[in-house]
Amino acid sequence: MTMVFGVPLPALLGQLLIGLINGSFYALLSLGLAIIFGLLRMINFAHGAQYMLGAFTAYLLLHFAGIGYWPALILTPIIVGVFGAVIERLFLQRLYGLDPLYGLLFTFGLALMLEGIFRYYYGASGQPYATPPSLAGGTNLGFMFLPNYRGWVVVASLVVCIGTWLLIEKTKLGAYLRAATENSTLVQAFGVNVPILLTLTYGLGVALAAFAGVLAAPIYQVSPLMGSNIIIVVFAVVVVGGMGSILGAIVTGYVLGITEGLTKVFYPEASNTVIFVIMAIVLLVRPAGLFGRE
Amino acid sequence: MSATQYLWEDNDMRGTILASAAALLASTSMALAASVSDGKVKIGILNDQSGVYADFGGKGSVEAAKMAVEDFGGKVLDSAIEIVDADHQNKPDIASNIARQWFDTNQVDAIMELTTSSVALAVQAIAKEKKKIDIVTGAATTELTGKQCSPYGFHWAYDTHALAVGTGGALVKQGGKKWFFLTADYAFGYSLEGQTSEFVKANGGEVVGAVRHPLSNSDYSSFLLQAQSSGANVVGLANAGADTQNAIKQAAEFGITQSGQRLAALLFTLAEVNGLGLEAAQGLTLTEGFYWDRDDESRKFGERYMKRTGKMPNMIQAGTYSAVLQYLKAIQKAGTDETEAVAKQLHEMPVEDVFAGKGTVGPNGRMIKDMYLLEVKKPSESKKPWDYFKVLATIPGKEAYIDPAKSGCPLVK
Repeated sequence: MTMVFGVPLPALLGQLLIGLINGSFYALLSLGLAIIFGLLRMINFAHGAQYMLGAFTAYLLLHFAGIGYWPALILTPIIVGVFGAVIERLFLQRLYGLDPLYGLLFTFGLALMLEGIFRYYYGASGQPYATPPSLAGGTNLGFMFLPNYRGWVVVASLVVCIGTWLLIEKTKLGAYLRAATENSTLVQAFGVNVPILLTLTYGLGVALAAFAGVLAAPIYQVSPLMGSNIIIVVFAVVVVGGMGSILGAIVTGYVLGITEGLTKVFYPEASNTVIFVIMAIVLLVRPAGLFGRE
Repeated sequence: MSATQYLWEDNDMRGTILASAAALLASTSMALAASVSDGKVKIGILNDQSGVYADFGGKGSVEAAKMAVEDFGGKVLDSAIEIVDADHQNKPDIASNIARQWFDTNQVDAIMELTTSSVALAVQAIAKEKKKIDIVTGAATTELTGKQCSPYGFHWAYDTHALAVGTGGALVKQGGKKWFFLTADYAFGYSLEGQTSEFVKANGGEVVGAVRHPLSNSDYSSFLLQAQSSGANVVGLANAGADTQNAIKQAAEFGITQSGQRLAALLFTLAEVNGLGLEAAQGLTLTEGFYWDRDDESRKFGERYMKRTGKMPNMIQAGTYSAVLQYLKAIQKAGTDETEAVAKQLHEMPVEDVFAGKGTVGPNGRMIKDMYLLEVKKPSESKKPWDYFKVLATIPGKEAYIDPAKSGCPLVK
């Protein structure tokens, strides 16, 4: 068997692929965070809770309305995104001119409330959500057994990430958004409704988190704690990529997912610290992040 | 001349006053010795109420403790009984702060449950230092009644040795000789992995590898992949709560069981089976100290608990009920809530209740009772809500638990 640094090659390839799958979640979540931070200058601490809300909405749709995975994949981001937009209209909008700390505290409190509510009704051990039958089973790749569903996760997240990036960088709407963050007064003077634009942006960021939540539901237990388990890592990804850099968030998400996967082969005990070590090094060398502007 | 001066000058009068004062003092201290300090017995339930183990014990255990107080009659030695509770978030430092505060300023007499082994070890050390009772029902490490045992510390519902003998034993018997462990990276995981390994080796099996994962990990795919390529025929999950659930769910996804490997969920209870669902959990073998649908008495207890919490109890919750009840019985029998006297009774009295059946307590503080080897039913076999287990075998307490003389506890001569 071919060995790489004392690890059999098939095992290494398997771990790389798994890193890519985890990286897909990191990328999707950090993308939403980066959009919200980049355009609203708001640190959305409720992002993990909104991801959890996505998974739970899919679960509730299935159980109370009999709506399956595929429709839920479209419906859930819309429902949760609208919820996010309402939150933005009612509360966040009042915090824009203030110290960013207020937004951070508000969203953190919101996250605690959402988690508390679901923990009260569903308990910490969560609820099961079955893999859609069309994606059940797996494919033997020779070096590993790849569950079809995980393959789908990589494809879906890549499509959504690239789509979002194109939306913001290449369309007129995206141009308005970017202009509004540079100089909102001027953009407003040109007749663009900036407050609505910001509401839509927050809704879009939240919808991305919810989309990741639906993708995660069949893999992880749908649990009130699922968001807080992942959100800290996602914040580290955003910091490494450069706060607010959309391309940075996507690329760093995948790269760090793979790095984490490799750490699990060579030194599993360090697997949940390696991302933070990288974050510390990046902050020392390039304080604005890998893709950030000074 | 004032009255006081007059009194002190009168020798007879002075003698009377001193004598009556002395008598008064003596009578109060006798009254104290014969009953309860500060007029109240306060029991603290300290466990995880928000994290990965919140369903494993959590608020359900607090409710079970309250049921024990009601079943005891609400009062002991004519004093009120109060249950207080707190969330230690699985962090030994937070738990230690709460324990110190409870003992030092809140007049808590005993702390129970103590889910998470690292927390239980830390709090038991504090209780020992402060000469207070602790009864652990939530944590699993045998260290609690081994090297780190306490004259005032007791271990109730289960431990890693009982799980190794129960679940490990059953799988080795069925031909599971080559093991790979997925272990939670803290005291409990090591203890469970260590004891199961020993047991497997003693029965002619071998351990081909192990991997450690952090507590409340969510993705197990890379660990499962390592288990898959290890050539083992049993993957031992030396973890608990939501961690085990996720590992089982993902093991099915990665085809671990289809490829002929068996999963051994070494610590898995009714609460986790409920969360995972029978579809994913069916066929698992597990060991618990309590199953609600085992006999009439347990069914009655289960239904009462169900009315209050909307769930059926697992061994942690039923165990906490038993621990609180036995502690109150010990106070009653000792005639005081003074620690030494109560600890003596707890060591000597037999334990008889719905959880323990007929249990005894060893000199190391280990409560020894029968355990049950259970199998999770198929969805088609489950006839009513919470009808999850088949009882495969009863493991006698003497086999399930370490002989106190061999526990390594310095208190056992």
